[in-house]
Amino acid sequence: MLDQLTERLSGVIKTLRGQARLTESNIQDALREVRIALLEADVALPVVKRFVEEVKTKALGQSVITSLTPGQAFIGVVHEELTKLMGEKSEGLSLLAQPPAVVLMAGLQGSGKTTSSGKLAKWLKEQEKKKVLLVSCDVYRPAAIEQLKILAGSLQVDFLDSSANESPVAIAEKALDYARRHFFDVLIVDTAGRLAIDEAMMTEIKALHQALNPIETLFVVDAMQGQDAVNTAKAFGDTLPLTGVIVTKLDGDARGGVALSVKEVTQKPIKFVGTGEKLTGLEVFHPDRIASRILGMGDVLSLIEDAQRHVDQAEAEKLANKIKKGLDFDLEDFKSQLIQMKKAGGLSAMMDKLPAQLTKNIPQQGGVDDKAMNRVEGIINSMTQQERRFPGIIKASRKKRIAAGAGVSVQEVNRLLNQFEQMQKMMKMMSRSGLTKMMRGMKGMIPGLRG
Amino acid sequence: MFSFFKKSPKENTSPAPTQEGWLTRLKSGLKKTRDNLQNKVSGLFTGRLNDEWFNELEEALILADVGVKTAQLLIKNLKIKAKEERVEEAAELKPLLRSMLIDLLSPLERSFDPDRAKPFVLVFAGVNGAGKTTSIGKLAQHLKNHHYSVLLAAGDTFRAAAVAQLVAWGERNQVDVITQEKGDSAAVIFDAIQAAKARQIDVVLADTAGRLPTQLHLMEEIKKVKRVIAKADPSAPHEVILVLDANTGQNAITQVKAFDEALQLTGLIITKLDGTARGGVVAAIAGECPKPILFIGVGEQLDDMQPFSANSFVDALIE
Repeated sequence: MLDQLTERLSGVIKTLRGQARLTESNIQDALREVRIALLEADVALPVVKRFVEEVKTKALGQSVITSLTPGQAFIGVVHEELTKLMGEKSEGLSLLAQPPAVVLMAGLQGSGKTTSSGKLAKWLKEQEKKKVLLVSCDVYRPAAIEQLKILAGSLQVDFLDSSANESPVAIAEKALDYARRHFFDVLIVDTAGRLAIDEAMMTEIKALHQALNPIETLFVVDAMQGQDAVNTAKAFGDTLPLTGVIVTKLDGDARGGVALSVKEVTQKPIKFVGTGEKLTGLEVFHPDRIASRILGMGDVLSLIEDAQRHVDQAEAEKLANKIKKGLDFDLEDFKSQLIQMKKAGGLSAMMDKLPAQLTKNIPQQGGVDDKAMNRVEGIINSMTQQERRFPGIIKASRKKRIAAGAGVSVQEVNRLLNQFEQMQKMMKMMSRSGLTKMMRGMKGMIPGLRG
Repeated sequence: MFSFFKKSPKENTSPAPTQEGWLTRLKSGLKKTRDNLQNKVSGLFTGRLNDEWFNELEEALILADVGVKTAQLLIKNLKIKAKEERVEEAAELKPLLRSMLIDLLSPLERSFDPDRAKPFVLVFAGVNGAGKTTSIGKLAQHLKNHHYSVLLAAGDTFRAAAVAQLVAWGERNQVDVITQEKGDSAAVIFDAIQAAKARQIDVVLADTAGRLPTQLHLMEEIKKVKRVIAKADPSAPHEVILVLDANTGQNAITQVKAFDEALQLTGLIITKLDGTARGGVVAAIAGECPKPILFIGVGEQLDDMQPFSANSFVDALIE
């Protein structure tokens, strides 16, 4: 995500290399690059203009500290301003209401309200240990209620059925009453997608808001939206007292301009970002971390949190002990690592959060292939326990059998064994000389990293 | 010139939508775009030309999602033209900009001709929430109005209740929908084509699950869908359509490129032009990765699906 923005800004630093200090003339080009980079990322034009002005004023006033190059100083200013633009700190959900705390979802058609409702329910249930009730007031789109019902079912979250014949307000009142009587902590109300210029529909959601008196009214916006996103956000904000924003589909591709402009325009914090199609793909929004990500500094904190959330601690410790004791790292361990990695959202999710310096050698399009991990798993699954523990015994005839079992070519089995051998060496190295050396040796060794 | 099917022999018997009606709808659909450009642009077409003026025009274009690259190109050419023709007043530039936009967009016009094959198979692809299923519903209605028999294939086997959504559309239009309890999209669509052959159906509209171009495994999956369709009928699919939300910003370019690479698109459908969306992204597509636009969605009504005309589009945009 946001790669192109990062790339452009990296280019900007280069142009500033070798300059003694930041002056009006030498930051002119840099500022223009920032402007184009932001516009190409679909950041709203008024926001871009203000942002560039701000950066210019700040950068000119900046005396370059000796330890910093002008490029670094400039990036420092951009980072600071980006963080400010997106909201200074992360703001979680406020559920400080007499239960049930009501969360109302609003947004355009296809922005991802229903999926986000599901993800939010899961997040509240698992992270905050809340008893959550889901209800859909979307009586317009065919099968919208059904969609949320199925999501709720797969999340094992309670769902209150409604029908397309009921009025949205009646559904809302019914749900509120139900939630109260059954002691739910949180009630999440999904609504139909609507255009901000559709007066009848906007009146309806206003009525919903009145009936529910939600503690959180979240505006759901698609990260791929163009210049109009801010107008929509503003129009919704004018009708509804929004309390926050969810930016969805942020894993889609390089742009994410909406994330930059929406806070500025609505003055409401972005509370969550949706990534990935799986129901785990919801992250609390951390402005400073995203700013780092944009600037190519990586979002290592989120990566660590991801890992903590998904990685099986016991497994990890077992492996660490094994390596510490100098025991051989075998294919069984390798496989369990792959599984852990998959749980953390797969390679591509992790790559997004690594610093650009580490990932820049990997081709942008199709660089990371999560599927390759599945193939590797398949190959290992086709081996006997003996073979997994002592890969050395795998010779031609065993290779043939494994390849046939996994449905791959013998070459692929060979490649895996080679990769594994190198990894094994590295593990030994690590047990002796620590992590840094290992990272250096790591290039090209994870399956799925082409290039 | 605005007839729905240029070569349709059935056209005479069909209740063709009146020109007036849809042009008005397109205009009102694009009204916001126009307002937006107008606030900026028509106010702009006064006074004398200078660099500042061109900068303002560039910003107006960018605000309409035309994109930096295409906007800069348009401005560059406009400057050259202005010099050539010794234009000094901004007002005189309006027809020039208009004809430049029409030149840019007219290669995207293409007629839709479902009589080329029977069954005529269309596959719909796109990102999540672009409006694939709704577009299929509208197009099915349109085709039915023009006396084609239609079969829908519920190929979105991933999203919860996507099948139910398509079935609901089928019921509204009284069109049969092929579904499977469990199965992948390729299999469902294969079945639908076989069924269409057996039932002598004219057109098959195949839905697929929404996917982002960065989800490589899903892009592979949809390639497979296309391959399997060719197994059911070597000449199919006859149209591979990317459904694009008009609200999309510059990401639209990435989408068109990625889906084209995977599927060799034959056309686009631009949805949700009735909102505050600006048609500007269409110009960006024309500039950077032109693909014909088969239809545009300009309203919530079932029949608000219209063919794309560069002339009307530009008129609605800047007149």
